Amino acid sequence: MGQFLPALPEIVLAVCSLALLIAGAFGGEKSTRSISYLALFALIVVAVLVLRQPDATTVVAFNGLFKSDAFGRIFKILILIGSGLSILLSMDWLEREKIARPEYPVLVLLATLGMLAMVSANDLLSLYVGLELQSLSLYVLAAFQRDTVKSSEAGLKYFVLGALSSGLLLWGTSLVYGFSGTTQFDRLAAVFATGPASVGVIIGLVFVAAGIAFKVSAVPFHMWTPDVYEGAPTPVTALFAMAPKVAAMGLFVRVLVGPFGHLLLEWRQIILFASVASMLLGSFAAIAQKNVKRLMAYSSIANVGYALLGLASGGLAGVQGVIIYMAIYVFMTAGSFGVILAMRRNGAAAENLDDLAGLGRSRPGLAIAMLIFMFALAGIPPLAGFWGKYYVFIAAIHAGDIAQAADANLLYAAAVIGVLTSAVAAFYYLRIVKIMYFDEPAPALDASPGRAVEAVVLVSVLVMLVVGALPTTLIDASIRAAKTLLTV
Amino acid sequence: MSIGLGHYLTVASILFTLGVLGIFLNRKNIIVILMSVELILLAVNINLVAFSSFLGDLVGQIFTMFVLTVAAAEAAIGLAILVVYFRNRGSIAVEDVSMMKG
Repeated sequence: MGQFLPALPEIVLAVCSLALLIAGAFGGEKSTRSISYLALFALIVVAVLVLRQPDATTVVAFNGLFKSDAFGRIFKILILIGSGLSILLSMDWLEREKIARPEYPVLVLLATLGMLAMVSANDLLSLYVGLELQSLSLYVLAAFQRDTVKSSEAGLKYFVLGALSSGLLLWGTSLVYGFSGTTQFDRLAAVFATGPASVGVIIGLVFVAAGIAFKVSAVPFHMWTPDVYEGAPTPVTALFAMAPKVAAMGLFVRVLVGPFGHLLLEWRQIILFASVASMLLGSFAAIAQKNVKRLMAYSSIANVGYALLGLASGGLAGVQGVIIYMAIYVFMTAGSFGVILAMRRNGAAAENLDDLAGLGRSRPGLAIAMLIFMFALAGIPPLAGFWGKYYVFIAAIHAGDIAQAADANLLYAAAVIGVLTSAVAAFYYLRIVKIMYFDEPAPALDASPGRAVEAVVLVSVLVMLVVGALPTTLIDASIRAAKTLLTV
Repeated sequence: MSIGLGHYLTVASILFTLGVLGIFLNRKNIIVILMSVELILLAVNINLVAFSSFLGDLVGQIFTMFVLTVAAAEAAIGLAILVVYFRNRGSIAVEDVSMMKG
């Protein structure tokens, strides 16, 4: 019995989602709102259970398949926040689009369960099963608006490329298993600590990294992102941009810094390349975008580039940088998508940048909120977005100071490119501010997007301001989490 | 000549490459892409079972069971999405999956 306790949050979430599935099947379409509230309640209960696990302990359960530690817990909290906010964003929207069906919150819960399993995986097997539970639920969610071509095309593209990435990941897994003789993270770390890894393991590592890079949508595996973000229903896009991205990033850090930590010199250059390419492509390709969801897709690619820079730095500071970056990123994204969901005219979604024109006069509150999110995404201090970028760049510079010459130059160059691309990105973020306040006003948007969406926007604004002014709590928590990952 | 680990790995590598090429070079039909995905997963299974037998370790074969199960779920969801897509678009040709670009 005792060995199930570390996985109590996951078990509770699994039972809740299955119970809600049955309740939804009997309740029919009119039960959607109550199922959504119950799903939110379940997420809160699970978050409380996660928080109640003692902070300092690291427990390995299920014969080494599952690990509960402070690193996993901080990512679990972020995932639960992301999923919860996306359910809040979805409720009114689904009703207005007449696709409110009770399986929506249930699928979000199942995807969340997969993500929780992913970030606490301690074996390539549990990693794979968690990742697939997440992905399979998300494929369905992308195609949720099933009577429109766009949504079903988004689902199809996401499915095909997602299945390919799972295949790459599995192929890498099989090679790592074959050439090291184990799939368990602690044993893998022990094997690689003793000497140089064989070529088979390195090839396997590259495939595993490629598979996870697909899931975080890092360049060169980003091509699905803009299409899926544009085609999927907007609350689903918001979910994609928050929870799965945080989970996949947590998994990336856990896998590369944990079992493959001794092979840092082998994977650092791959991650650095993905990071720099993501920052460049995300910043420059976004300039040409007219659709706001596509713009957010490129913005998310660029943000993944910054987070990967922290991962490439490795060490305590690097892991800490990733955690801080992703924590702030969740709220920036939630708020921005809250505003995007409010963009409706005559009962239909208005998704072009020009539709924001005149928002400063017609909806001043919403415009101020969007201004804060855009400034935060651009990384302008006193807002929280600044700290995310600051800690990532500092980590890269410090890692460069202690790395060997070749790696040091690469790390310095990546940090410089990161600063320059964030200046490029500031252009399109600030252009949105310009459109809202200074352009010829477009016809006014529809009235209130609903209480829940307004609440999400308000909470995100507060987080931006409070964390921007007082980041100490987040920084302390991230150091504690990073330490548990590195001491094992 | 006895058949050793290398032979199994070669077959698996060929199947894996065929699967990946099938996804990228195929210009006709999405069903072919689904078949290519299955091919990739089965190539992985051959790899895992061959390593498992070679190492005398059961983990690889257990892993194979999980991969088979997940592959079945994946195929079911893929076909369901494909049916939804066909109802909207009236076609499952790869070149028609191009509503969104840029």
